[in-house]
This record gives sequence, structure tokens and C-alpha cells, in this order.
Amino acid sequence: MVHYLDHAATTPVRPSAVEAMVPLLTEQYGNPSGAHRMARAANRILDDARETMAEVLGAKPGEIVFTAGGTEADNLAVTGVLDANGGTALCSAVEHHAVLDPVEHHGGVSIGVGGDGRLDLAELEEVLTQTGSEVSVVSVMTVNNETGMIQPLDEVIELTRRLAPRAVVHTDAVQALCWLDLSTATAGADLVSVSAHKFGGPKGVGCLVVRDGERSLGFEPLLRGGGQERGRRGGTHNVAGIAAMAVAAAETHRQRAVHVPRVAALRDRLADGILADVDGAIETGTRADKTANIAHFCFPGIASEALLILLEKSDIMASAASSCSSGAMDPSHVLAAMGYPRDLAFGSLRLSLGYGSTDADVDAVLAAVPPAVARLRERG
Amino acid sequence: MPYWLRCLRLSLDYGNEVDWMSSVSTNTGSVEKGPVLVAMSGGVDSSVAAALLVEQGFEVVGVTLKLWGGASDSGCCSVSDVDDARRVAQQLDIDHHVFNFGDEFDQFVVDPYVADHQAGRTPNPCVECNRHIKFDKLFRRADALGFDTVATGHHARIETDDQGLLRISRGADAAKDQSYVLHMLDQTQLRRLRFPVGHLNKDDVRALAGRLGLRTADKPDSQDVCFIHSVGGRQTFLGDRIPLRPARLVTTEGEEVGVVESIELVTLGQRRGLNLGGDTDRRYAVDIDHATATVTVGERDLLMVDEQWVEAVEWSEAPVDGPVTVQCSAHGRPRAGRIESPESGHAASVVVRWDDPQQRVAAGQSIVFYQGENVVGGGIAANRP
Repeated sequence: MVHYLDHAATTPVRPSAVEAMVPLLTEQYGNPSGAHRMARAANRILDDARETMAEVLGAKPGEIVFTAGGTEADNLAVTGVLDANGGTALCSAVEHHAVLDPVEHHGGVSIGVGGDGRLDLAELEEVLTQTGSEVSVVSVMTVNNETGMIQPLDEVIELTRRLAPRAVVHTDAVQALCWLDLSTATAGADLVSVSAHKFGGPKGVGCLVVRDGERSLGFEPLLRGGGQERGRRGGTHNVAGIAAMAVAAAETHRQRAVHVPRVAALRDRLADGILADVDGAIETGTRADKTANIAHFCFPGIASEALLILLEKSDIMASAASSCSSGAMDPSHVLAAMGYPRDLAFGSLRLSLGYGSTDADVDAVLAAVPPAVARLRERG
Repeated sequence: MPYWLRCLRLSLDYGNEVDWMSSVSTNTGSVEKGPVLVAMSGGVDSSVAAALLVEQGFEVVGVTLKLWGGASDSGCCSVSDVDDARRVAQQLDIDHHVFNFGDEFDQFVVDPYVADHQAGRTPNPCVECNRHIKFDKLFRRADALGFDTVATGHHARIETDDQGLLRISRGADAAKDQSYVLHMLDQTQLRRLRFPVGHLNKDDVRALAGRLGLRTADKPDSQDVCFIHSVGGRQTFLGDRIPLRPARLVTTEGEEVGVVESIELVTLGQRRGLNLGGDTDRRYAVDIDHATATVTVGERDLLMVDEQWVEAVEWSEAPVDGPVTVQCSAHGRPRAGRIESPESGHAASVVVRWDDPQQRVAAGQSIVFYQGENVVGGGIAANRP
């Protein structure tokens, strides 16, 4: 039996989402941009999905821009604002590379975090005080994908409004939708990215909220083409993927109140067990500020890439939450930003649960991790 | 039976000119069919090594080492090399992992390489990589992960001598023999090691890869030092890391005859690149004095010596005295000589007395001793103390 503890990387597609997809791939395959009956049927599916996503995200339907996933939504947010308005971008140093890289590409600046992985608000305030008039976009993730730390988004929004009034705030909420109600958690952000495959939808589909409202926001598309999404994202809609995303989002939203406390209890048992049974284990961040699903550690004296192989022998699928293009693991930029030394960062382990995780998964991890770490320390 | 294995079987039946099976089993005598970790560089030799072990019935897992993150154009560590290794592993239906040993590679191979050049030595980074990375770090990792045995695609053989000791022996393909860079392996290491293609000629390795449809079948052999880019070369690589100092070229009489840009790039015995009139001038670097930044040039005779000092000697088993053949570079011609233990009796440092005068070996180069085809030990060339 496989114990899947990598739900933060991706999570299985919900059966209801699969069910929604299949007829849209086989029978109702119209292009929503067309004029005939089948096209109109597809367009209706799209409008339904747009309304559902708007409701889950606390946005208006017209503010939803469908994309091919979270990375595109993040790139679109940063680049879309900078291309239209000029100026510079700020982001946290622990952003996913989907934000970090476009910000860096456009010459932006990253703001540090504390040892707990939360944004250093004093540094943000200082930078905004000095350069606020030049800043067009401030991007701070809702939840960090490696540590699970919830970022102080409301404070970021308050500082930005006060010190950089012409700037907009983007938040990468890709890791958040399962665990936080985004209709409130990201209500103050101008731009919000989500990705379907993190909450039970398929890979390759996501959306960006581009809020209308009193903040008149210039916005340029990344992909120009058929004028879809009000000209903000060209390209034929992934109708089946979008419909499945909406089904998964709605179901996740509906069940959140049930799953969060249950998964949090599993996670706590998991994390407490590892801290008790692995000498020197360090749990990153502060658990009270984390989403319910993530347990993240550094184990001194071992290499994650070896630990993951040993865990796989016990049918445990986990991650170090960092990798590079060749498949080798480089130490995480998130841990580096938190001040973890390189050798400690090489020994990280992220165990991330999903709504389907069970006590048996936790038992398997607690049985496998302590002896695996001990073996690697002895022989590695 | 997977398709590729059928192909292998067929090719084995078909390819009677080479005894594939015995070539593998020679190296598997004492080992049970336990799990084997194969270091797969993404090249043809290690691809075929993995295929042969699978066919032998071993539980095989492939690993590619990510050693170097900088520019490289040879068979080392690029994303496309990892892609090749992974794809071959998929074709063979074996697991494949990537280990990031970049920090260790910097520490044990690249940094000493640079430091050696700065100190006027001529290092052999492949030897240090084998010593510290493949046959130490990787061995320890393999052990921790439960692999008793490690295999590589090196062209060398492991033979059992008449006293039951394991010996590194020259690869069957003399032109591809890599025993020189493996000389440091001791009995403990050799017991855990397999070189599945060591008994094959390179052409046969390629032919087998071709018959199996492996994408690496026609991949060119790696050349030179893996972490040095062919465009900038050593000059750029070293120049980015250490100050390169110009040096005077003088004759043995002290007459100045030219300059070179960087003394760190001059090796004992070098003729080309001294700007002394290209191919027509027969003068060589016969002495390099880093303290005064002076390179002495002269006739080749001045390089010829009767003896060579060797330090940091490691013996395959016990120290050896007496006649040996000696190899002083990766593909150098074997030279005949006798090992004489110095009066101190300290076996880590010896003198080789040549049968006929030989060219002095640049300090830092590996010197490997053979009896017949077998390595008996090796060390590092040193100047007379």
C-alpha cells in the first residue's frame, strides 16, 4: 500500500472532477469561442465554472482569468502589471520560483523572512518607505509551499496601501485553497493565483483573479491571440480542465471545515512523533502559523535525496520540497532565506497530507523515518 | 520478458564473436544476485553496463551523479546527460536516481585542481574524483541505501590473482583501458565493485547498445576534464579562480628567450604553447620555478632521468619491490623500471629506477605500477626531495 505524503506537490483528482471532465472530452467538445449549439454549450460550462471559481475565491465572475496553471497565473500577475504600468516588483524571498523568477527577470527586489519563515514586515516597510513610489506590484504568497507557513498578507496589504498607493498586491495562493477560505484570506489582494491540481483538479489549469474596483489597474496579457478572457489570456479554453477545476474547488470549499481539523490532528501526531523519535530533528517555522497539511523538518547529518529513497522502500512518497532541472536536489532557497545553513538545508523533508490521508499513513511514516535517518547517519 | 531483454538475448545468440556472458560472469563469481547500484553517466559504457547486469539477473538501480553545475561540454552532469541516463534506465525498466554530490566535487576535485595548478603541480582530477566521489562518497551512499555492490562503465577488469587477491587489470580494449584512473582501489572496494564492460571492446559495447536500441549507442566518448569547457579551456577556468602570472622563458644558460602568459598553465615537458617558433623549435619546458616565475627551456635530453620519485603511494595489497611496468599518464606508454623502497622503508614513498632513461614526470601526475596486466599500486609523481 502506497503512503502518499506529497499532496503539496500534487494531489489526486477528485472523482467528481474526473466525472465532470469525461463528457467534455468525448461528446460535448465544442469550442466556447464558436457560435453554434455545441460552442454555446461549452461556453455555458465555462460561465458556470467561472461563477463557481468566483464564489470560492470571493471574486466577481468577470475577475476570473483562466490560465494553464499556477505558474502561468503568477507570471501573468507580475508581468501583466509591470508591462502595463512600468515600475518595479517586490516579493518575499520565499516565493515559489513562479513568482521569484519573473520578479528577478524584471529587476525586482525580494524581501527577507524571519527564522520562522514569515515575511519580515519591518524590512518591507523600510523598502516601501524608500522606494514605494516606484513599486507597481508587491507579491507575497498566501502560504509557503515548503514550510506551510501562512504569510501576513493583511499586513502586507496595509503597508502597501499606505506606503505605495499606486502598487497592487498579488498573492500566490496555490498552496492555500484546500486549507484556508480564500474568500476572506485573500479578500484584500488585487491579484490571486490558484492551481487546480493542488486541490483535486487536473494538472495544467488554474486561474488568476484580476480584481476590478476602485484601483484602476493597467494589465497586459502574456499570451495574445483569440481575445479570450477579455483579452487578458488568449488561447482556446481548456474546457474540461476548467470545469473539473470548478468542481474540485467547490467540493474542497464545501468540505474544508470537516477536513482541516481532521488533517491538522494527523499532522500534529506525525510531527510530534518525528520530533520525539528522531534525534536533533528540527521542525521549521511555527506550527500555529502553518496550514493543517504540512510537516516540514531538517535532519542534521543526512541528505534528503538518500532519505527519500529509503522512505520509498517503505512505500512512502515524500519530498524534500526542492529540486533542480537535472533531477538532483539543490538546497532550498526557502530554507536559505530562513537562515538555515547549507548542510542542514540538504537534510530537509516535507511530509504533506491531503484530505484522503489516514492514520495508517502517519503510522507508516513514524515507523520508517526514525530508522532511516539513523541508518543514513551511521553509514551515509 | 521485456522487449529489450528479448533483443539482448537475440543479440547474444547472434553475436557469437564475443562471449558476452562469460565477460560478465567473470566479475560476479563471489557475489549473490543482490541489488547493484550502477553509476550511469549518460554515456554508452555505463548504459551497457546496466543492461548487462539486468540481463545477469541482478536487481539493478541506476544513479547519475550531479557533480558540476558550471559550463561543461563533455560527458558530465548536464541536464541532457541526466536525460540520457534516465531514458536508458526507463528502457531497461530499472529505477534511476540523481545524487547531488556537487559540494563534495568542489571540495575534493575542483578546489584541489585549482590549488595544484597554483602550486605548480599538474593534477589528475579524474583520479581524485574516483578516489573521493565515485569510490568513497558513492560507496557510502550505496551502503546506506542497502546496495552491497556498485558498478560503473569503466574499461577495466577485476581479476583474482593466484593468491586469491583481487586486482584491477587492464580493460580488454587497450585503447580505452581505464585501469590507470582506478589504481587506488583496495581489496575492500574491489570486493564491492563490478565493471561489466571491462571485458569488451568499445566497438562491441556500441554495437550492443545499438542492438538494444539505447539512445546512447552513438554518443561520442567524453574527452578531457569534464568540468572544463572546450571554448574557454583551462586558461579561462583557472583565470576565473586564481590570478595567472606571466613567466619568463630562459635557456639553461640564463638567456631570456620569451614569455608565457601564465606559468600556472605550463607543464613540465611541454613544447607547444611556449611561443618559441611553433613546430620547428624542439625546445621543451625542462624546469618550472614558480618562486621566480621562470620557465627553463631546453633540449629533450634535459628531461631524461634515471629515476622518478613517487609519493602518496597506495598499494592494491602489499608493497611491491622489483620490476614493474609503469604508466605515467592516462593513455601513456608503459615504461619498464624497478621499484626501490627508500632507505626509510616507508612504503608510501618510493623511487622508480628506470631500465632506460625516461622523461621526468610532472609533479602531481598519477604514476601507476603494473605487474603484467594487473595494477599493484600507484601514487603521485614528486620532485626529488
